[in-house]
Amino acid sequence: MSTAERLMSSLTARRGERVLAWLAVGAVGVSAVLSLVASPPDAEQGGLIRLMYVHVPAAWVAYLAFAVVFVASVAYLRTRKTRWDRVAAASAEVGVLFTALTIVLGSIWAKPVWGTWWTWDPRLTTTAILLVIYVGYLAVRRLPDNPARRARWAAVVGIVGFVDVPIVHLSVRWWRSLHQAPARLIGVPDVSGSMGVALGVGFIAFTLVYLYFMALRLRVGRLEERVVAEALSPRIGQPAEALMEEPARG
Amino acid sequence: MSALGQALAIAKKDLRIEVRGRHVAGTILPFAGTLLIAFGLSLGPGRSLLRQTAPGLLWLAVLFASVLAFRQAYQAEGEDGAFESLILAPIDKASVFLGKAAAVVVELLALEAVVVGLVVVLFDLPVGHAPVVLAGAFVLGTIGLAVVGSLFGALAEMPRTREAIFPLLVLPLCTPVLVAGVKATELATTGPAGQAGSWLGLLLAFDVVVTGVGSPLFVYLVED
Repeated sequence: MSTAERLMSSLTARRGERVLAWLAVGAVGVSAVLSLVASPPDAEQGGLIRLMYVHVPAAWVAYLAFAVVFVASVAYLRTRKTRWDRVAAASAEVGVLFTALTIVLGSIWAKPVWGTWWTWDPRLTTTAILLVIYVGYLAVRRLPDNPARRARWAAVVGIVGFVDVPIVHLSVRWWRSLHQAPARLIGVPDVSGSMGVALGVGFIAFTLVYLYFMALRLRVGRLEERVVAEALSPRIGQPAEALMEEPARG
Repeated sequence: MSALGQALAIAKKDLRIEVRGRHVAGTILPFAGTLLIAFGLSLGPGRSLLRQTAPGLLWLAVLFASVLAFRQAYQAEGEDGAFESLILAPIDKASVFLGKAAAVVVELLALEAVVVGLVVVLFDLPVGHAPVVLAGAFVLGTIGLAVVGSLFGALAEMPRTREAIFPLLVLPLCTPVLVAGVKATELATTGPAGQAGSWLGLLLAFDVVVTGVGSPLFVYLVED
């Protein structure tokens, strides 16, 4: 077992899960107090700036999750261990959730500040395309086919999708800059002092939530696999454990 | 037979199927024409608006047509277990991937030539300013579309996959082709064509990246 695998299995043990859950709840609580009460309103945006403490960490988790999908996809194709496929599946689901959350929170923030729900800003557009790419990834995962083949296909989509994102971003950025100047956007707020602390805690809290969701989803994935193995074991004449430990080969 | 020779043989085979079956010429091309007419009708007869939107509509028609072209390229293999034989053949899988992409590049370029002609007539798009830039945009953009399509077309044609998966994967992944293709076309027709260089560079970069990533990955899609 590699270090990463050991870390993963300790996180997905019931005990690790509970510890993670409490850590996540605690961090989200601290983050809520810091961002809603302790941090000052922004000079330009007033209380609206508080949306930043959830929007930016949500975006971070989305990108983190898709980076994990990429790494797990490469690892799956190299090792053919189903645990990597489970990691990719779990991370993609959480990633899609947080990408959608990023877009929704961003829209809620944009409406009062920019006066519109949506603008064709490069970052917004890239995030929207990112969402569609990984919704496609999840669609591939739902194809009714044998698990090993589905895992391979998903891994290919996970790799190509991730490699594609920087090019998408570049193309959309150039595309935007050649249009008329964007409506005056309020610049990046000056984040320092207690605001910086609040944002930092937000990052930590959201990352813990991500890890907790991952742990839950990984356990569900393992249970799903066990159900399949137990259904198959009398027909194949092997104990379910033996079927599960077998690295799935196409 | 070298890997290149194998890819060429597969491309030739696919083109022969097209020449004899006329699927692209007989079905996909009329479809692209229908799309252009529908776009025109939806935007109204205002000349300047049509002219302005023509590059975008042109590329949308190409994008949709390419989705259909790939369905066809792999559907033909689906009959009589031809795809299994192709995969079992003692050739490099990357040659299959590149060969199928190459055949579709040729088919799509022929289709695009006609579609551009239609756009000139229907939308009054001036294409005479910088034909080299325009041709470059179409060649580079088509290669990118074809490579992505060749990669996931194999996936879409596997038994029991859902039809809509293919466009759902290909269209967002090809965003850079759409954006850069439209911009380069715009600059080559109505804008200063000299500024199209960076867009052509972007298309080239996309082609290189997807070919480089797709070639080693294709084998995993068709492994069984």
